[in-house]
Amino acid sequence: MDTHAIEILIVEDSMDDANLTIRSLKKNNIANNLYHVKDGAEALDFIFAQGNYSSRSKSANPKLILLDLKMPKVNGVEVLEKIKGNPATKTIPVVILTSSQEDPDIKRCYELGANSYVTKPVEFEGFVKAVKELGFYWMILNKAL
Amino acid sequence: MLFKDLPIQKKLMGVIILISGIVLLVTCAAFFTYEVFTFRQTTTRQLSTLGEIIATNSTAALVFDDQKNANEILAALKAERHITLAGLYNKEGKLFAQYPAATLPGAFPPLPGKEGYRFENSYLLGFQPVTQGGKHLGTLYLKSDMNAMYERLWLYSGITVLVIIVSFLLAYVLSKALQKRISIPILSLAETAKAISDRQDYSVRATKLSNDELGALTDALNQMLTQIQKQNLEITSFNQQLEQKVTERTNELQLANKELESFTYSVSHDLRAPLRGINSYTKILEEDYVDKLDNDGKKIIEVILRSSKRMGELIDDLLAFSRLGRKEVTRNDIHMDALVKGVTDDFMLISVKNNIEINIQPLLPAVGDQALVKQVWVNLISNAIKYAGKKTKTLIEIGSYPKENRNVYYVKDNGVGFDMKYYAKLFGVFQRLHSNEEFEGTGVGLAITHRIIQKHHGEVWAESKLNEGATFYFSLQTI
Repeated sequence: MDTHAIEILIVEDSMDDANLTIRSLKKNNIANNLYHVKDGAEALDFIFAQGNYSSRSKSANPKLILLDLKMPKVNGVEVLEKIKGNPATKTIPVVILTSSQEDPDIKRCYELGANSYVTKPVEFEGFVKAVKELGFYWMILNKAL
Repeated sequence: MLFKDLPIQKKLMGVIILISGIVLLVTCAAFFTYEVFTFRQTTTRQLSTLGEIIATNSTAALVFDDQKNANEILAALKAERHITLAGLYNKEGKLFAQYPAATLPGAFPPLPGKEGYRFENSYLLGFQPVTQGGKHLGTLYLKSDMNAMYERLWLYSGITVLVIIVSFLLAYVLSKALQKRISIPILSLAETAKAISDRQDYSVRATKLSNDELGALTDALNQMLTQIQKQNLEITSFNQQLEQKVTERTNELQLANKELESFTYSVSHDLRAPLRGINSYTKILEEDYVDKLDNDGKKIIEVILRSSKRMGELIDDLLAFSRLGRKEVTRNDIHMDALVKGVTDDFMLISVKNNIEINIQPLLPAVGDQALVKQVWVNLISNAIKYAGKKTKTLIEIGSYPKENRNVYYVKDNGVGFDMKYYAKLFGVFQRLHSNEEFEGTGVGLAITHRIIQKHHGEVWAESKLNEGATFYFSLQTI
């Protein structure tokens, strides 16, 4: 897969949730060039073109990152901290996807510079709607820097 | 002023002067008595001696019947100033000679009396027989006054008074000096006690000034102070221990609360994720494979979707309920009229039913957390609408009244109501009195209502009859 022209990077440890997100984005024609990484460590490798992704061009940043918080190895908050702490990547919009409003890290995410957060609804329709809306907003309405 | 109310100084002085006065008086009285007794004895002896001498000298005059000589003998009594009368009776008992010469014979007893001397009306008088060689010649009569004794007694009285005055003065001066030794330690003790009670300073000690009872009292007081100080120290240390325990318990509680919070998060996060999978992939199955499923298959898919949706709702309600438990309640004045109007307007706007009539009485203001109290109204009014039943018109009445320094608010409907025998379950979490087919719901609304009112230290209760409507009440603090 061409990892140079990625539009949306999905960071999600659950294959099932990732597939749902990809399906709803594609079905609504929001983005075709999606890439999924399964944990925070891989996400950092991808974004900073290191490890397995060292061949990737550093300058080709994704247009949007959908970031899950609860992940093994490196969690979402740490990933966010690294992205927003680096001048080369801090302008990439990051949308936090979380399973629950109760997440104690939400406040911390805003402090670190997350652009918004979306609670993943249990219901499929709700889920599709949420993903569609956030994709539409960030990919089409919001003019990326 | 009563003696018991006098200051110790005056009491002591009084006692000393009284005792010395009594002792002096008793001593003087004894002295007087002794003096009178000795004087009488001496006077009697002297008079009897004088009588014997005169009697002896008069024998010749009586024998020779020489009245002139007898009078001369008696006239010699002039030298004895205390002799007021003297008379010589012959052996026939007739007055033979007398002294002083000019005295009327009536002043003498007509006949000589019994031999011997006796006191009579402050005079000493006596009869002395005149004998010679055992032969009775006559009787001598002597009468002496007691002026000498009275003079002496007067003198003694003067001396006694003088002694008493001097003694009293001495007693006064001495007691003044002595009482200082007794009252000063007492006063110092009293001052120490007052200083302690005024300043609450139990480290102060009284100074011991003597080894007597007052010294013992000082020791006892100091010992008591030491004990109080020790007990105070113990109380303080107990208090500190207690405070430490409270801090420990609070920390433990906070930890438990934190654990509960993270548990709540885990529940919501970890239960929702697989549920999302079930719901979403079933939906995809429905979307992508609908042509491959028969009617039974489609029905099964519907059941799965409905169940997973309901479980999602249950989890969300459970979370809302537990979130409420951790929420701090703010306290502000709430204008109930405006609040309830806003809630009912919203309901009328979104309600699909158009046969609802809500009658709102003027409502009393209350103190509480506006957002939470609003939630209570939302729950109660939405219940009233939801459990309307098959009545042609849903009538809801909202009102309030004051009761025992609280305001009671109520929502009354004409809906299906409930059986009072299940009242105990009414406000329980996930407790329902209707099936989900009859009325949808998770059974958290009234539990949340109950918890909100509880957090406001109010009460919530209800009255109902099956199919005759229900009235829900709650009380809040007045403004």
